[in-house]
Amino acid sequence: MISDMLTVTVLVGILASGIRLATPYLYAAIGETFGQRSGVLNLGVDGQMLLGAFAAFYVVFRTGNLGLGVLAAILVGGLMGLAMAFVTVNLHAEQGISGIGFYLFGLGMSDLLFQRMIGTVETVNGFSKVYIPVLSDIPYLGEIFFAHNILVYLAYLLVPLAWFVLNKTTLGLKIRSVGENPEAADSLGVSVARVRYFTVTLGGVLSGVAGASLSIGLLNVFQQNMTSGLGFIAVALVYFGGWRPWGVLGGALLFSMVNSLQLWMQILGIPIPSDIAVMLPYILTILVLVVSVSKVRSPSALTKPFERD
Amino acid sequence: MPDFVLPFRIKAEPRLDTPPVWYTWFVSLLAIVVALFLGGIVIALAGGDPIRSYIHIGKASFGSWGVFSDTMVKAIPLILVGLACTVAFRMKLWNIGAEGQFFLGAFGASAVVLTGILPEDASRWVYIPLMMIAGIAAGALWGFIPGYLKAKYNVNEIISTLMLNYIAIAWNNFFIFGVWSEGGFQMSKTFPRNAWMPRLADYAKEFPALRGLTTHLGLVFGLLAAVLVWYVLYRSRWGYEIRLIGDNPRAAKYAGVNIRRNTVLVMMFSGALAGLAGMSEISGVVHRLQGAISPGYGFTGIIVAWLAKLNPFAVVLVSIFFGALILAGREIQPSGVPKMIQGIILVSLIASDYLLRYRIRIIRTTQEA
Repeated sequence: MISDMLTVTVLVGILASGIRLATPYLYAAIGETFGQRSGVLNLGVDGQMLLGAFAAFYVVFRTGNLGLGVLAAILVGGLMGLAMAFVTVNLHAEQGISGIGFYLFGLGMSDLLFQRMIGTVETVNGFSKVYIPVLSDIPYLGEIFFAHNILVYLAYLLVPLAWFVLNKTTLGLKIRSVGENPEAADSLGVSVARVRYFTVTLGGVLSGVAGASLSIGLLNVFQQNMTSGLGFIAVALVYFGGWRPWGVLGGALLFSMVNSLQLWMQILGIPIPSDIAVMLPYILTILVLVVSVSKVRSPSALTKPFERD
Repeated sequence: MPDFVLPFRIKAEPRLDTPPVWYTWFVSLLAIVVALFLGGIVIALAGGDPIRSYIHIGKASFGSWGVFSDTMVKAIPLILVGLACTVAFRMKLWNIGAEGQFFLGAFGASAVVLTGILPEDASRWVYIPLMMIAGIAAGALWGFIPGYLKAKYNVNEIISTLMLNYIAIAWNNFFIFGVWSEGGFQMSKTFPRNAWMPRLADYAKEFPALRGLTTHLGLVFGLLAAVLVWYVLYRSRWGYEIRLIGDNPRAAKYAGVNIRRNTVLVMMFSGALAGLAGMSEISGVVHRLQGAISPGYGFTGIIVAWLAKLNPFAVVLVSIFFGALILAGREIQPSGVPKMIQGIILVSLIASDYLLRYRIRIIRTTQEA
């Protein structure tokens, strides 16, 4: 049976679904990276994702319009982000705790809306695969990298874009300075509150899209708690990746490849306890933190509210 | 400058003194009322009837001794997990991993029964204490890991405890689906009667009034634990150190308090309490190890601790309130209501903390000519 595992078809299948499954992690974790680089830890990502997933699913279920679905997820995620920003920036909430509140709210609210507005398990026609001309014809590589839906491609494009914005633009400089030394940034005329409102709302928007990438991209259904904690992993991935978009990409791929491997092992009926495999990425995340903490510094002002004297 | 000028402006000034106790409670109560109001609006918008939903929650959880007893059963794990969070939060250690510590505690307690180290007919007096010790030890171990990693390598405890939640669930699943699976089902065999904690209903022969009441011995553990946590935090030297570190780590350091050692010990104490909650749920309610043993007690515990303002006795009261919400929530439609309300309560509570830290002043602005 182990030899089944090694056929090229299976290997391509594992890699292709690994690439695809990284999508929600990427949206959510890149969004969270912006927030954390500006000093805000948003633990409510999972709740934002669930509401985004529901909003997108519902709109597509009713209208069949995928673009509107994504827009709905963006709106709902953005609103949740705004609320988080208000509680964090204006009310100086303890971020480790308030995020859990937003998580529970999103978890309960998405379930409530689903029961009220849909009620039964339904499926929608989500985004279909876009075969990139020429590239998708390359044997093996084509199927692995160039035969996915549009949300998958955009997620990967987001990584260099986020890197560019954070490191090469004035906006990025403002974000980083607010996260490192808000007092200094403030004295230079940067509005700490405005920057944090922006990053946390952006984080909410991207979390909403992350949810949509599940409900109208990868799975095309909505279920209660369908993210099953994926948003919390996204928060951990930001630490894992050392607050850098490329590092986040590495972590996202690690998690998604292990997930994919596990799914294929189940399909092929390989009797390795999958629960043990499930643990590995979590253990690895902790180990990476142990090793990297001495080398990579977290943003100095992370979780610290800013108060102007 | 905007064109219109309000005749007053609202100014928030930091409070220099600690607000009086009645004000603290008043603000918390206000936060709950506001949260229930907001929750009601959401229920109404979703097409439900908020008043009827709330009345239903009240009746289904406090309507008779029977349902009140069931409410207490739900409150027991919340008391213990809420105390676990209280201990850690008082030192500003953000233990988000009570859920995982709960699962490990359940695992430890189950191991006593399922590994066969005791004869099947061992006495209750052997089973229960051993299960308690195993549950507490397993929970403490699950708290030790993030505590040690924080003390030694400065690993953020929010992330490590979150990861350990998932590891704990997978760990339990490994045993439920494999090693201890009963006939291929995703649960272990039922524990022998002597491994069940006594319930009120067990004494119905002597006291007929107790018939059908499910409240179990875990309630006593919860109440004793509340006294213990109160004593440790507010009457002992250790508690003084914990509070000092929480309020002012720099001062604690200058005073010679060992922060690293306390980080490990407090996380272990916190984990032990959550582990005991897992044991009590397994031995008092479920009577076997299975997957769905917690409707998110670990997360609700966070809200309980925060709502109780880290006061161990308030944790007990708040737990009963949330126990009611969870109990009634099982029957209430649509099913997301309790979780959503918990979320709104927590957020509005955190927002209300603002009122404690700031004095809101409405200042009349004199029109400038």
